[in-house]
Amino acid sequence: MRPFTKHTGIAAPLDLANVDTDMIIPKQFLKSIKRTGFGKNLFDELRYEDEGQPDQECTGRPLREDFVLNQERYQGSSILLARKNFGCGSSREHAPWALDDYGMRSVIAPSFADIFYNNCFKNGLLPIVLTEEEVDQLFKEVEANPGYELTIDLEAQKVIAPSGAEFSFEVDAFRKHCLLNGLDDIGLTLQESDAIKAYEEKRIQTAPWLFEARSL
Amino acid sequence: MAGKTLYDKLWDSHLVQQRDDGSALIYIDLQLLHEVTSPQAFEGLRLHGRKPWRLTSSLATPDHNVPTTVEERKSGVNGIADPVSKIQVTTLDDNCDEFGITEFKMTDIRQGIVHVVGPEQGATLPGMTVVCGDSHTSTHGAFGALAHGIGTSEVEHVLATQCLVQKKMKNMLVRVDGQLSPYVTAKDVVLAIIGEIGTAGGTGFAIEFGGEAIQSLSMEGRMTVCNMAIEAGARVGLIAVDQTTIDYVANRPYAPKGDHWDMAVEAWSDLVSDADAQFDEVVVLNGADIKPQVTWGTSPEMVIAIDQDIPRPEDQTDAVTREGYARAWKYMGLEGKKTLADITLDRVFIGSCTNSRIEDLRSAAEVVKGRKVAESLKQAIVVPGSGLVKAQAEEEGLDKIFTEAGLEWREPGCSMCLAMNADKLGQGEHCASTSNRNFEGRQGFGGRTHLVSPAMAAAAAIAGHFVDVNELVKH
Repeated sequence: MRPFTKHTGIAAPLDLANVDTDMIIPKQFLKSIKRTGFGKNLFDELRYEDEGQPDQECTGRPLREDFVLNQERYQGSSILLARKNFGCGSSREHAPWALDDYGMRSVIAPSFADIFYNNCFKNGLLPIVLTEEEVDQLFKEVEANPGYELTIDLEAQKVIAPSGAEFSFEVDAFRKHCLLNGLDDIGLTLQESDAIKAYEEKRIQTAPWLFEARSL
Repeated sequence: MAGKTLYDKLWDSHLVQQRDDGSALIYIDLQLLHEVTSPQAFEGLRLHGRKPWRLTSSLATPDHNVPTTVEERKSGVNGIADPVSKIQVTTLDDNCDEFGITEFKMTDIRQGIVHVVGPEQGATLPGMTVVCGDSHTSTHGAFGALAHGIGTSEVEHVLATQCLVQKKMKNMLVRVDGQLSPYVTAKDVVLAIIGEIGTAGGTGFAIEFGGEAIQSLSMEGRMTVCNMAIEAGARVGLIAVDQTTIDYVANRPYAPKGDHWDMAVEAWSDLVSDADAQFDEVVVLNGADIKPQVTWGTSPEMVIAIDQDIPRPEDQTDAVTREGYARAWKYMGLEGKKTLADITLDRVFIGSCTNSRIEDLRSAAEVVKGRKVAESLKQAIVVPGSGLVKAQAEEEGLDKIFTEAGLEWREPGCSMCLAMNADKLGQGEHCASTSNRNFEGRQGFGGRTHLVSPAMAAAAAIAGHFVDVNELVKH
């Protein structure tokens, strides 16, 4: 996994609550058996006028002019500013894959849906929870200032605005460690193989039916 | 010391390792796999030269992409017309063959929606931890199992290590007291709960559903309730084990037998929250107050009882809510409409992991029996949750009741719930759907979904618009 340490980039404001994973990446694109290539279909229905198809060339498709990522000033943005309950709905990891593939490195919102939040960390994408008031303030600043950039310092757990104002955020110690170092958590868990085997040996005594062969 | 909740007990019995930073390694007993969220996980195993930790803990079946017309299904995977869908189903078949994982393939009568198949086979058991790369894995919590959806990276993690790195959730109790009125079903209960606490109300919580109205539900009804816990933001929904649970599990193909059965039943009797257990939050609803529910907007929390007026954006005091409502009104084409009955329906879908079990089909069949689908409808389809549900329904003659009333009887799969196969809504079409999500575009580009119970969907199919099923059956 690509590490996340410190990042500075243009922030794009998506002013909509309860953005669900069907909005982030509609179902027709989930038919891919790869992890890459979803960026051109990120927010497909919000972004384009027509219905997108898998494997379709997207340059030349009619754009919805009012959608934030279609506006000139937000081109090249890598930090998404969002409203509450971002990423609600399905467990599709294609949602963080699409954000990542598009070039987003972080999403800042007052709250996230649990599964989406968790999936982000597996892909080097940092979801940041700030308070409603702080997010509101950032929305106002970004909309008033073209080229508005934020800096995110994961080690210090801070979002830094151009004015120098700092916003602290919480992040789980284990997730932070994995993200800072780009660690593969399967490899980490496999280091605990002995503990897993010891659990199984104990469990098979009290609940042997859980370990019966399932082939019928 | 306070007693333990059911969630606490399940957590404790699966704890492999507690770490200082608050995270923990949790053992997973059962992983269900389907074609959409597994290919990249198997690819990851191959890239790292890893093997599944314990083969007998996995069960796979294709469901999201499979066609549901008899014609397309005749020749199994080769009959899938959409080449991209076909590759995905073939990939699941190939991966299961390569790694030695049990799979119910498309032509197997046991194939169906993973969340219908697991319980039906007795693969889902009380006291287990169950995961699947699908958010509706919460369904299995109906058995007193700790079950939740995971992303593809975690699917790979469980395949490789049999564990997940987790942080403990908070405990919420949602208690529904008293008895439900006639034709008020599990679906209406869970929609009413979501209407009450909102789609983020359960975020960070494991929700245990309890109270007389929940205890009175069949296992099918309990699965419907837990299925939609995720629509209230909770990854985990739970219901305590009782005799109804045990009776359902007994003699299922994968359920324990003989001495192991007796041992299991004894262990399962402890799968209830202790009387003095502490919940971080408690929500109470009165079952008798719940009426048949219908969603009007583009989020499951945008839900009202059949006799209520559609709420207007301008009446909302909170700015973010007002904007969300205005957007939903526009998307759903509600201008000039006052009540749910003013909405003309185009299609009706009865199916999905929420409502495609035998009891759901019986409930819908009872309503349409001897009646005809409204001529104004373009289509009404019934999609059973598995090949075995389909067979049982046919044995009971339900298929005939549906087709005589003018509904189409299909082959099992996820179908129009998320429209990854050919079953979808056209732009601007309104659908009465027994599925779980009414998000923009969920059932097709520009499609407009209204979530309801099977009985309410059946009544809507007959009337051509929403109607209280209690009124319809009187005539």
